[in-house]
Amino acid sequence: MGVLLEARSVAKHFGGVKALRDVSLTIREGEIYGLIGPNGAGKTTFFNCLTGLYVPDGGGFEFSGTPLLANAPHQAAERGIARTFQNIRLFANMTALENVMVGRHVRTRAGVLGAMLQTRQTRDEEAAIRQRAEALLHYVRIEDRADDLANNLSYGDQRRLEIARALATEPRLLCLDEPAAGMNATETEELRDLIEGIRKDGTTILLIEHDVKLVMGLCDRVAVLDYGALVIEDVPAVVQKDQRVIEAYLGA
Amino acid sequence: MKRWLNPRSALGITLITAALVALPFVVAMGGQAWVRIVNFAILYIFLALGLNIVVGFAGLLDLGYIAFYAVGAYTWALLASPHFGLHLPVWAILPIGAGLACVAGVLLGSPTLKLRGDYLAIVTLGFGEIVRIFMNNLNAPVNITNGPQGITLIDPVAFGAFKFSGNTQIFGFSISGPQKYYFLLVALAILVIVINLRLQNSRIGRAWQAIREDEIAAKAVGINTRNVKLLAFAMGASFGGVAGGIFAAMQGFVSPESFSLIESVMILAMVVLGGMGHIPGVILGAVLLTFLPEVLRYGVGPLQMAMFGKMLVDPESLRMLVFGLALVLVMRFKPAGLWPSPERKRELTGGA
Repeated sequence: MGVLLEARSVAKHFGGVKALRDVSLTIREGEIYGLIGPNGAGKTTFFNCLTGLYVPDGGGFEFSGTPLLANAPHQAAERGIARTFQNIRLFANMTALENVMVGRHVRTRAGVLGAMLQTRQTRDEEAAIRQRAEALLHYVRIEDRADDLANNLSYGDQRRLEIARALATEPRLLCLDEPAAGMNATETEELRDLIEGIRKDGTTILLIEHDVKLVMGLCDRVAVLDYGALVIEDVPAVVQKDQRVIEAYLGA
Repeated sequence: MKRWLNPRSALGITLITAALVALPFVVAMGGQAWVRIVNFAILYIFLALGLNIVVGFAGLLDLGYIAFYAVGAYTWALLASPHFGLHLPVWAILPIGAGLACVAGVLLGSPTLKLRGDYLAIVTLGFGEIVRIFMNNLNAPVNITNGPQGITLIDPVAFGAFKFSGNTQIFGFSISGPQKYYFLLVALAILVIVINLRLQNSRIGRAWQAIREDEIAAKAVGINTRNVKLLAFAMGASFGGVAGGIFAAMQGFVSPESFSLIESVMILAMVVLGGMGHIPGVILGAVLLTFLPEVLRYGVGPLQMAMFGKMLVDPESLRMLVFGLALVLVMRFKPAGLWPSPERKRELTGGA
């Protein structure tokens, strides 16, 4: 398997707080890669640097062989990095379908002129956007909520919708920030099936998660962050037994 | 496919067309002044729909919208009046006016990209005032705008020999200048309505809406928020520029006075009062807010004279009083506007 993403000594400070200290890790194509660590370990900061919302203070990312530009979220999406948010960020007052249609933005071209003149090209593209969005809603199994406002969806469905919206950008790397947070056992099980399905369909997955059972069962490899530093990066079986990881979680 | 061809819609369209055609002749019975008022209502619809792109679709609170109207109006005034001795034709001036307004929109947009809400409102408000003050003072050392005196004797809209001012005899009918402008304005308004509708349900329209809802999420799905926001400013400004050009031609006179802050506030009030982002609502808001002062002027003034034999309250100050009251009442009882879009209504009432 080829390397999809390489993080090289990524550092990020907030004032005196070192949120990330020279984190280097490698994600291979086609794997489910877990990123775990106690609260405040820097997992989400890592996500934000990766997706261009933060500018790292040091180091950088290489995505399928070329460097990622810092501070260019829309370009990260264009390169094929999609994400969900820890505290769900949907377009609350747009319908579920529209949310996913927005996700198609980066893979479509129609401009103002095309929209005003309703050229054949624009109409065809619009139809394709709608069709693809409907298919994605079906894929995450919320097709019957297509015309409901995102706001009015249940918590679990909102999580699914966010994943569908991210998938609409045709990512090569899908970053999920605590997708199982607040879910019950059945919902978590369904989520697990969904994530495995997405991987099977060819998308590499980077997963931040607190549910250790889920991470260990699902991920091919796991990295552990503690106080902004990488503790270990290995297969779950090794990570689970690592003394430093146990200390990080239980406190030493 | 062609849904609008079913009999009921066809009947509706026929009736609306008939009403639109008859309107200027019906109101003309009350005097040409009423035709002018109707014209202004349509001009305000045009402006409000332009602002709706910025405020309603993209959610960028713009309090200086009148500046683009001013740019359009002065462009027409300078390029088609004895002031510089230029008399360019309409097909040249309107695009130039729209283009300059568009540039002004991008000029205002680019430094304010990171601002939102109140902060953006303050900066745009300042921008509107700057433009007005420029118009007021650009008469020295080189006289460009003729300062507070404004520019007079501006050419009317004309296509070849057909002028939109003065009376024309067609098939034995006499059509007045305002009535001719009415038809021009209706055509333009229909055009801007169609453009608004088409933009709303397009890739760009959804991107604007996404930015309004959650800018960070919009960035994360790959929307270039900088460009898309600038596009909203530029589009809105261009509409303002065209409206300004027509205004200058219709009035034959422009002065900085027409572009005061209160005009920006009025247009924003039309958008908000009617129903932000909802095209029929914005049209309703524009019509209501144009007619209200006229109704007060023609209704309350004479009424007071009849009841008390003198003017107790000047209709002009009463206008502000009624506006204020209307805004407070609408915000209290219909916070989404008088005619909100179905989604927005749900959002604000919290119902599923």
